[in-house]
Parts: sequence; structure tokens; C-alpha cells
Amino acid sequence: MPFYVSPEQVMNDKAQYARKGIARGRSLVGMVYDEGILLAAENPSEVLHKISEIYDRIAFAGAGKYSEYDSLRRQGVQFADVRGYQYSREDVDARSLANAYAQVMNHVFTTEIKPLEVEILVAEVGHTTETDQLFRITFDGIVMDDDHYSVLGGESEPVAERLKDSWQAGLSLGDALRTARAALAGPERTIEPASLEVAVLSRSNGRRAFRRIDGEPLAELLGP
Amino acid sequence: MANDREEPGPGADPVVISDGHSTDVVALLRQRGCDPFAAVEGRGGDAPAVTHGTTICAIRYVDGVVMAGDRRATAGNIIAHRAMEKVYPADRHSGVAIAGAAGAAMEMVKLFQLQLEHYEKLEGMALSFEGKANTLAQMVRSNLPAAIQMGMVVVPLFAGYDLRRERGRIFTYDYTGGRYEETDYQAEGSGGRDARTTIKLGWHDSLTRDETLELAIQALYEAADEDSATGGPDPIRGLYPKMATITAEGFVDVPDQEVATRFAALIERRRQRGGSVEQAAPPTSVTPKAGRGKSSS
Repeated sequence: MPFYVSPEQVMNDKAQYARKGIARGRSLVGMVYDEGILLAAENPSEVLHKISEIYDRIAFAGAGKYSEYDSLRRQGVQFADVRGYQYSREDVDARSLANAYAQVMNHVFTTEIKPLEVEILVAEVGHTTETDQLFRITFDGIVMDDDHYSVLGGESEPVAERLKDSWQAGLSLGDALRTARAALAGPERTIEPASLEVAVLSRSNGRRAFRRIDGEPLAELLGP
Repeated sequence: MANDREEPGPGADPVVISDGHSTDVVALLRQRGCDPFAAVEGRGGDAPAVTHGTTICAIRYVDGVVMAGDRRATAGNIIAHRAMEKVYPADRHSGVAIAGAAGAAMEMVKLFQLQLEHYEKLEGMALSFEGKANTLAQMVRSNLPAAIQMGMVVVPLFAGYDLRRERGRIFTYDYTGGRYEETDYQAEGSGGRDARTTIKLGWHDSLTRDETLELAIQALYEAADEDSATGGPDPIRGLYPKMATITAEGFVDVPDQEVATRFAALIERRRQRGGSVEQAAPPTSVTPKAGRGKSSS
């Protein structure tokens, strides 16, 4: 016997399913500092990255199910490399990449049985702080153009709440990093440098702005 | 995201969630309708002979390798371009120099750079040095139809610092994609033979950066002296051969000023040596004339 389920119900169920999946992962933040954009995530693994390079000035970060955001990351690299080859390196920008991601994620959300359990961030460092861009794309393909900082993943709301108070313009890299760690950890705990994945898109880094920070340099920046 | 230029055709899946785990950028470009080695339509046989005017060289020394190349592009007996660069970074720790048909060669460099970066980003680490050398061999081989039918031969020289073996390495290629590792040095192009002989006479196993740059400059000078398709130093326009060092620290261009100074010193040494047929004439104050004059070497 055929039965009817309202579209609202279907969408609500899918959204709830996706949110549950994303909530299982830890949070990550992206924020503007004086020299570029800092990306920091709580990640106990040193090889399964949440944060990666897409193109000269563009980085990617994913929260939620690793296999799904890693697949999106690969597609992003392909999208950017093909476009840069066809036209020019300058013609690869975060906005068009974010739109392409939104298309894919929206398509999966509306047509597939299982939605993607991911939330992703596409960051592009500009030539000045004013032109730095942070695009957050949710599991259903909604794009948000964030100012100053973005928070993704499980407990994003309390983290965003904390950043609202602690983020300020013109932070140095060290200050930004400590702010990000405090926001991710909350008042009750601290995150060891070993479980922190950190990368920057730095204006002073040459053509490829992306650089990972780990080990000794990370510990030094975080301070005692 | 399958193709950002065209609407997918009827029945086509507009979403590509997984392309498998291919890191092959040429296959990717083909799939997206942008074939870098698009089929060459043409007759075989009486292909126009493309002359390979150029001198490029790579020399191994204690810290890595030096790469150098002249700046002249020729079309027959015409100088087509005076400022062409033939030495490029391939990635952080390797470089590629090109001899042969300019258009095809530059396209190959662009594709090679893209392939190395593409792999590095997808896999999270760079290809091994051997892997990079093989990748370039495949690209040269893909160019074989164009080489045979139209004479668009590309002969690259690949060199760099192998981070795993901790030494400089040099690879040469033939136009069929054959790949040959050189132990110490190599030079290619129409002036390659003169350059190679010069390097051979001065090379030893413990060259420093300074000595290697000096040797490369001598090699390029001799090549330009003997080969009309190799450009020499051009102080009037301020154009000098492009030189780079590749060590554990990465690919670094030798500053133009340093190259200029070294050439000026070499020219001065040659002038003092004498032996020119113009010796009887009063010495000119402009260096370039002296540089272009006949040398006794």
C-alpha cells in the first residue's frame, strides 16, 4: 500500500540526521588575523587532515564525516586546478568554488536518501584584511558569507558565542591562535598542541599562501 | 561541479561525488573537455624541420644543482624573442629547462607544474623525485605525435634536489619519452655540445655554489660564442641568461644582478687575454661590443 510522507517531514528527518552526524565531530574555527586567515581544529589525528590547501590563496576545512568532506576537498582541488589551467591562476576564487560546493551539497540533500553529514569552510586570503573571505556551507547547501570568523562542527554555537567576545580586529598570529584554542576548548579544559590542527593562509607566504603549523613552531606560538 | 562551463546533457549525472582516486591531471583535463595533447591533424613524412636553438644546462654540485639557460628564441635565422625564459621551477625542490618548439615546451612546463602541485594537494605530500621524472617522461611521450608529424619536438631537462637521497639529480629525455639519469651534468639544445664540453673541462666532484655558477656562465658564454641560436649576455637591454640553484632549501633564482656581474667579469677576463682581431683598434668603452667580439677560445 503506498503511503504519503509530506516533503516537510522528509526534509526535517534528513536535516536532523545530518545534524546528528555533524554533532559527533569536533568543532573548527577560521578567523581573520592581521596577516591573513587562521584555521584551527581540534583533531587528534596528525595525518587525517580537516584543513587543507585548495589553491594559491584558498583553503578548505571540513567538519563531520571524514570520508565525505575529504571527497569534497578532492573535488575542490580538481575544480580549482582545471579552472586555473583553462583561464588563469587569478580567475580561481573562493566565491565560485563555494557556489559549486553549494550546488553539489544541495543536490545531494534533496535527491539522495542520505544527506552529507558535513559542514565545510572555504577561505580565501585577500590582499588586505578587508578582502579576506570566509564562506561556510552547510549540509543542505546553504552558503553563508561570514565576517571575521567562522565556526563549524559539533558544538559550534557555544564556540561562536565565546569568539563573539574574544575576537578583535588586528590580532597577531599568536593572539589569534590562543583565542581560537580558548574558544574551541571552553572554560573547563585546554587543548594540547598535539591535538590541534593549525594552518594559515598568510599574505606573506608567496604564491601559495597555505602553510601548516605544527610541532615546535605551534607550541611556541601557543606559549605556556 | 562536473563541468563548470557546460550544462550537463540529458540523462547525465550533474554531480560527481567521487572521481575515484586518480591524481592524473591530464586525464582530469580530458574529462573536463580540455585536452592538453589534443590530436594533431596532419600528414606524416615531410614535416617542417624545427630548429632547436637554445642552450640549457644543469650541473650537480655539493649542495644540489645549478640550472641555467639562455634567453633567445629563434625562427629560422630571425631572433623571435630576446627575453624568453627556459628555466622554470617545477615545484619547490625541482626545476625544468626546455629546448625545442617553444609553444609546446611552455605548455608542457605549465602542465608539469600543475601535475606536481595537483598530486601534492590531493595526496598531502609531494611525489618522489623519481616519480616526478617519470611524470615528465610520460608528458614528453604524449607529445610524440606532434613531434613526428609536425616536428614539434620538446626536449626538457629535469633537475633538482632529491630530499630522500639528499643530493642533486639530473634527468634528460629524448623526444620519444626516453628518460636518462645523468650523474654530474648535462646540456641540451643547439649550443648544448659546446656548453657540455666547457662543463666537462671544469667539473669536479666538490664544486661549490660559486664555482658551479661560474662554470655555467662559462658554458653559456662558449655556447653563445659558437652557436648563432643561443643568446649571449645582453647588457644593453639588461638581459642575462636565467640561472637558478636548487638545494634542500628549494628552488632559488640567482639574482639578475649577480648573473650580470659574473658575465661582466668573464668578459673582462677574456678581453685582457687578448688575441682578438680587433686588438689593434682602440679599446671600446662599451662592454657589449667586447662581449660580442671574437674571442680566442
